[in-house]
Amino acid sequence: MNGGKQGALAAAGLAAFLLIWEAVPRFGLASPFFVPPPSDLPLTFWRELSGGYWGAAVGDSLGHYLMGLAIGTSLGVALGVATALSRRLECLLSWVVRLLRPVPGLAWVPFAIIWFGISERAATFIIVIGVLWINYYAAFAAARAVDRDFLELADAFGQGGHWSKLVKIILPGASGGILAGVRTGLGQAWMAVVAAEMFGIHGVGQRMMQASSLLATDVVLVYMVTIAALFGLTDALFVLIRDRVLAWQR
Amino acid sequence: MATVVDIRNLTIAYGNGPPVLSGFSATLPEHSFTCVVGSSGVGKSTLLRVIAELVPPAGGEVVVPDRGHDDTSRPFALVFQEPRLLPWRRVIDNVAFGLEGMALSHQQRLSRATDALALVGLAEHAGRWPHQLSGGQRQRVNLARALAVRPRLLLLDEPFSALDAITRHALQGELLRLARETGTSFLFVTHDLDEAVFLADRVIVLGGRPARVTRDFAVTMPHPRQRDDSGFVDHVRDLRVALSELLVDGGGI
Repeated sequence: MNGGKQGALAAAGLAAFLLIWEAVPRFGLASPFFVPPPSDLPLTFWRELSGGYWGAAVGDSLGHYLMGLAIGTSLGVALGVATALSRRLECLLSWVVRLLRPVPGLAWVPFAIIWFGISERAATFIIVIGVLWINYYAAFAAARAVDRDFLELADAFGQGGHWSKLVKIILPGASGGILAGVRTGLGQAWMAVVAAEMFGIHGVGQRMMQASSLLATDVVLVYMVTIAALFGLTDALFVLIRDRVLAWQR
Repeated sequence: MATVVDIRNLTIAYGNGPPVLSGFSATLPEHSFTCVVGSSGVGKSTLLRVIAELVPPAGGEVVVPDRGHDDTSRPFALVFQEPRLLPWRRVIDNVAFGLEGMALSHQQRLSRATDALALVGLAEHAGRWPHQLSGGQRQRVNLARALAVRPRLLLLDEPFSALDAITRHALQGELLRLARETGTSFLFVTHDLDEAVFLADRVIVLGGRPARVTRDFAVTMPHPRQRDDSGFVDHVRDLRVALSELLVDGGGI
């Protein structure tokens, strides 16, 4: 199959999906409350947008998202690289990591609320937990896999200091794996944003909860599509940046 | 002629194991080209790393009478067996790698790296990524990176062993040109006897277990040497006999 054919087939799949979705409420197979037809969404979106709800919710969610992502990613990468470089640290943390790692971000919600209240910081905390371990493991594996011969090269050419080795060998050598982890985290963080905001912190998640309690399922859908679009956008932007950073790879 | 490095009674061992090489002594003068020949496992690569101060010797010492008075050169530079180029650096930045710890401005580093790259004939490839080069070109960059630090002694660890014969012969010829042009001394480790006789003005043969210096002789034929010349063929044959005797005597394999 060539590229044009693949694109046409993908568009046809999406069109069929939307048609069936539209048909289900239109032909009375399900109530429009349960399955709002997609043709209603543009109007609903316009109402949310012109009322200022959409902009405010997305703005706040983006704030939580970027803050949580930045903290969680840097913390995870730093910890992962440090653990990869120090056997001692690896041993020290191994059981702590095994204990904390399987606890899902959502399970921290009660503590987030007790520690930070219903606040932006609580949402940020949930997102940090949501992306921390992905980045930790990705960075750990990537830094561990850096060719040890490059470290000998650094020693042989007067770049044997810890800082030189970290900045000139380990980090660039691990950058591919680290960025793969960051990218996974980009998606995880959106899930965490919605989950965290459902507990009353202002943003997209809270708006969805409000709408669903009023059975305004079309509004819920508008925000579902919004999240998908935001994720698509952040991912596309990230890929652009990543491809520049990793231009040296084949 | 001034001594670049004086290696005294060196013993090499892996970890706390028994020595693999013992009693190695050699004085390497300026403008010299020395080949060390021996089968695998006699510690040839480790010998270079001990001289480069990457690995401590199990015994003996390496004396460097003159380490230079400024921070713009290094006494030794290592040319690795495989190119070992950093894939995330462009060719020119790979060559400049060893200059980054030195008291040089960015401009000076760039010009030294450019000069070194020109020496190996790759000036026009400065902006490429390592994966865009052929195997022979990568090995030239490996060489240029070592030349850029202006070492008094270049330590080469079988750098041409993975190349095809045509490329290998071309690079051997270039290495001799570089030796003339730069005035650097060369210590070249190889198991290729033909290569040793082609390049060296002195060949040191290691053998036995633990390995020792079993032959140490000068090659006085003028350059460029012809591989089908009778003197050349004799030298290679002598070396082969010397090494095979060692294998029989020392039970060395």
